[in-house]
Amino acid sequence: MTATLAIKRESPGKPAKVERFDVPFVPGQSVLDGLRYIRAHTDPTLAFRFSCINANACKECMMLIDSEVAYACTTRLHEGEMTLAPLPKKKLVNDLVTEIAPPDERLSNIRPSTTR
Amino acid sequence: MLRKSLPLRSSLCETEPMIELETDVLVVGSGGAGMYAAIEAAKHGASVILADRSLIGRGGATVMAMMTVAAAIGAQTPDSWENHFADTLAAGHGLCDESLAAILCEDGPKRILEMDSWKVGWAREDGHIKQAHAPGHDRPRCVYVDFLSTGPAVSKTLRHQLQGASGVRRVGDLMIVDIAVADRVACGATAIHLPTGEAVTLKAKSVVIATGGLTRLYRRNSASLNMSGDGYALALRAGAQLIDMEFVQFFPIGHLAPRLVGMDPIMWDPFRYKLGGVLLNGEMQEFEQRYVAEDSRNDGRYVLTRDLATYAIMKEVEAGRGSPAGGAYLSFQHVPETELRRAFGPVIDTLAQNGIDLKERPVEVAPIAHYHMGGIKVDTRFESAVLNLFACGEAVGGANGSNRLSGNAITEALVFGARAGQSAAEAARQSNRQRASEKAFAPALDLLARRRPSNGINPAEAIVELQALMMDKVGPFRTQEKLDSAIADIAQLTHAIGNDPFAAGVPFDSELVDWLDLRNMTQVAMSVTLAAHARQESRGSHQREDFPGLDPAWEFNQMIDYRDSRIALSRLPVQTARRRASVPA
Repeated sequence: MTATLAIKRESPGKPAKVERFDVPFVPGQSVLDGLRYIRAHTDPTLAFRFSCINANACKECMMLIDSEVAYACTTRLHEGEMTLAPLPKKKLVNDLVTEIAPPDERLSNIRPSTTR
Repeated sequence: MLRKSLPLRSSLCETEPMIELETDVLVVGSGGAGMYAAIEAAKHGASVILADRSLIGRGGATVMAMMTVAAAIGAQTPDSWENHFADTLAAGHGLCDESLAAILCEDGPKRILEMDSWKVGWAREDGHIKQAHAPGHDRPRCVYVDFLSTGPAVSKTLRHQLQGASGVRRVGDLMIVDIAVADRVACGATAIHLPTGEAVTLKAKSVVIATGGLTRLYRRNSASLNMSGDGYALALRAGAQLIDMEFVQFFPIGHLAPRLVGMDPIMWDPFRYKLGGVLLNGEMQEFEQRYVAEDSRNDGRYVLTRDLATYAIMKEVEAGRGSPAGGAYLSFQHVPETELRRAFGPVIDTLAQNGIDLKERPVEVAPIAHYHMGGIKVDTRFESAVLNLFACGEAVGGANGSNRLSGNAITEALVFGARAGQSAAEAARQSNRQRASEKAFAPALDLLARRRPSNGINPAEAIVELQALMMDKVGPFRTQEKLDSAIADIAQLTHAIGNDPFAAGVPFDSELVDWLDLRNMTQVAMSVTLAAHARQESRGSHQREDFPGLDPAWEFNQMIDYRDSRIALSRLPVQTARRRASVPA
């Protein structure tokens, strides 16, 4: 079976475009499985966040899937086209990656040095 | 190519934007061990930066743990840390660093009770903390959080404590490239800020490596993306030693099929504890008893120990009696539905979402890389051979010998984390100045400055290849022939990726991250393979088909050093210490 992932790719300063990738799958595989397939076989530059690999423990792989906010690791691949886009209300970093860390855990917000 | 967007201090380097940070203690990795280290270091007066390549307290292994935590708190039945110690040593088959194992067992109750006071929510029964009887333990000793929520609860509790800790700055999306060393003393680290691609230098009086294990080296693993053995490679290149690298623990009944998402693949173990569960081969025949009869290593309670169950499943598959996906069936069809629901509550619904109905049909399971016993060699202050470079959690080697007792992983994360944090704060207090100069950061900054487009190799694909060769040739059952072949393959891969990082030059540069991971993974894979190749016996998790059985002549640890860009092996007598842990805490 094949899913076609239509991925909105955009980085700051560059125009957005939609790229389509065909991904072979067996029933039950996740959108995250599909994204990892693309990275290893088609386009190593595709940017998306994940840490725990399908355990839904890290909660990093949240994105827009078919216009709904969802985790890539718990959403199943299906035949035909699926659209993926970064979270709309978060600052875009690149492709499907947005700034999701709490503000006080971002490098841009921490002081260069402290003494106690 | 790179964006300079952060309002931080100016750069040393003219060609690349750079950010400089400074702290007393730098903790690398924010799983259970790293978070505990940060909390304790701050409590002991140090300023701390807690850095993680993912989000703080979300990546790593702790958050994925579903099972139990061993500590002799004596809530269920009378117990003492010495009993836990004896079980830990027995599981380790003669190779445990007994000083570290003693600290693990003696400090365990203190940390478990501290977590309880922080409201982690250990499961209770009749007014006391409930302790389960896990395999290898002489009595009920293992605490947990229902339902299969131990890891997430531990992580959440520590994240909450960190938010209230003064003096800790938490920084996510920061990947450490190398430890900075001056005159054989650790003095910080060089990192890359993933969202911008900027180089970051971190000056620190002491450094704690808390990056977890290496199970991502294997095709089938229960790891997160972060478990590439980063810390082992960082320590090796900094001049520290690794110990027991040949001992990778495979978990026999990792989920195989149907595709299960939203759960840790090692989730079936608690199901077996609570409900029983029958292993069947492809012919729907029970087979465990045949292997039990052939081998005296089974513990008589849980039928087969982890290593023997792994062996039994692989041998059934080899004999053409595997399940369709290449493992064994695990059946709970004999368990009444009400019983399933009572024991696992909402987990049954998650399974239903995956199309799994345990009353209808069995699932398929197979061995999966789960934990690494080896790691950075440390003393009882958790300091490595490099001064002011500490380690904790799974990144430390030695405490568990050749096989880890179930339930000891989270305990060691909390206990070693706290100890390493205290030691690092003490080391920082004794260093009256920052030692780091431009020179200490120069090699890693130079590496990052050499970023260039790929030479045609896809680093993500190369990682998949490495995982396949490690699984097939350096997996649970090893032979000289397979290990020879793996050494050649890893050397070839190391050569292929070269010395200059691949990069696409975009924010959150996945090619660069994959290349940096490969740099670490190839060094760590070679360390595991060389140590496995040298050890001509079978002990604990290291099983050689060409050298079956434990050989008393091999009762010593193997050490790894990195000298002149080569990985070198040496031997060390086992550290025995049959006395109380000597370091006050």
